[in-house]
Amino acid sequence: MSGVRVLVGTRKGAFVLRSDGKRDRWDISGPHFPGWEIYHLKGSPADQDRLYASQSNGWFGQLIQRSDDGGASWEAVGNDFSYQGEAGTHQWYDGTPHPWEFARVWHLEPSLDDPDTVYAGVEDAGLFRSADGGKHWEELPGLRGHESGPSWQPGAGGMCLHTIILDPSLPGRIFTAISAAGAFRSDDGGQTWRPVNQGLRSEGIPDPAAEVGHCVHRLAMHPSRPSVLYMQKHWDVMRSDDAGESWHEISGDLPTDFGFPIDVHAHEPGTVYVVPITSDSHHFPPEGKLRVYRSRTGGDEWEPLTRGLPQEHCYVNVLRDAMAVDSLDSCGIYFGTTGGQVYASSDAGDSWAPIVRDLPAVLSVEVQTLP
Amino acid sequence: MTGHADVVRVALPAHLRTLARVQGEVELQVPGRVTQCAVLDALEARYPMLRGTIRDQRTGKRRAFIRFFACEEDLSHEQPDAPLPEAVAAGAEPYLIVGAMAGG
Repeated sequence: MSGVRVLVGTRKGAFVLRSDGKRDRWDISGPHFPGWEIYHLKGSPADQDRLYASQSNGWFGQLIQRSDDGGASWEAVGNDFSYQGEAGTHQWYDGTPHPWEFARVWHLEPSLDDPDTVYAGVEDAGLFRSADGGKHWEELPGLRGHESGPSWQPGAGGMCLHTIILDPSLPGRIFTAISAAGAFRSDDGGQTWRPVNQGLRSEGIPDPAAEVGHCVHRLAMHPSRPSVLYMQKHWDVMRSDDAGESWHEISGDLPTDFGFPIDVHAHEPGTVYVVPITSDSHHFPPEGKLRVYRSRTGGDEWEPLTRGLPQEHCYVNVLRDAMAVDSLDSCGIYFGTTGGQVYASSDAGDSWAPIVRDLPAVLSVEVQTLP
Repeated sequence: MTGHADVVRVALPAHLRTLARVQGEVELQVPGRVTQCAVLDALEARYPMLRGTIRDQRTGKRRAFIRFFACEEDLSHEQPDAPLPEAVAAGAEPYLIVGAMAGG
């Protein structure tokens, strides 16, 4: 019988949640790596038992863990993330030059077809790749070395490369997003890059329509329609119909268009999910009501999804990597909160129930659909 | 207390003991002069998963939140190639790798 495996990264360890296809009873294992920050863990699309996890803390730095048995056991692999050549400088918060310094791995994106190949998005922003199961990491320096690099600046969470999307239809096409530089696209496997931010407008930078400098919080793509991208920006929910060449706003009737995650229904490329957050200074849901918003029209028209979610006194946040969808016939949606709850919907968002309520603050949620 | 003449005892913080899958102190054979650098080289050779968690893999610089103590002295700012106290080299006292005190 089919099932799902939900991979949860938190401030104090990783958790693996398993269920059959009904998704109403859950087996929970963890914490794995207790006491460590697990920014992200993700499974290989080419081998469901191959998982990668980013483990770090302020004392001992960055580690990468690999599992070859679906999370039952783990092995520390390579953790040398050295920038290639001169690291150079980017802008600090006050606009002065600041040296590029590695802090942590925010996001791991396994290759679509090779379990041993995996990409890592890091802070300070850079893209690394391993072709040997995480033992050795090499920077793809074309991104950090883009001519606009010295003008990039950190967002509130640091200057992180947090989103990596591999285009399933065009080998070599990769999308990344950096806070606060913007979205970038490579068409040659990550060797060269160009900003794809036309149509974005951001307050707080000297030129609101600048080529770079936008605080993109998340990108999402449906694999069957890879030229359509959705974006949750610092403010504004955006859409591109031409692989990032241009963007237009689809915030429509959302109560607020600030937020972090965005994701797409597994079987409906025009059905999109966001979690509106009050504002950049109030990182909690409007009116203390936790509401996922769904658009079945590819944006602009949104409906609140509230059944099973707290509708009073709720002041959690949902971080950018903390939402995922499964690909069972009735699409499952999952998200985790900074209050330690992981919510699941097995009916595309119509109703929700917590899988767990009291984990450490959730940093990331991924899901694997098992045969 | 007496120690084996050519065995250096190293005490790791809890997170690194878990990572290295050891309990209690680690005992290391350290060839040549017993310096901080030689002890860390021997430690990382035996437990490669510790590389990068105590000092930078490329520069050898101690991580900011790591301290080195021995014989009731703070050795964190000693030169990496300076000899460690005789009691450490002789295994009578442990070399302590400590996570800096900070809450959270």
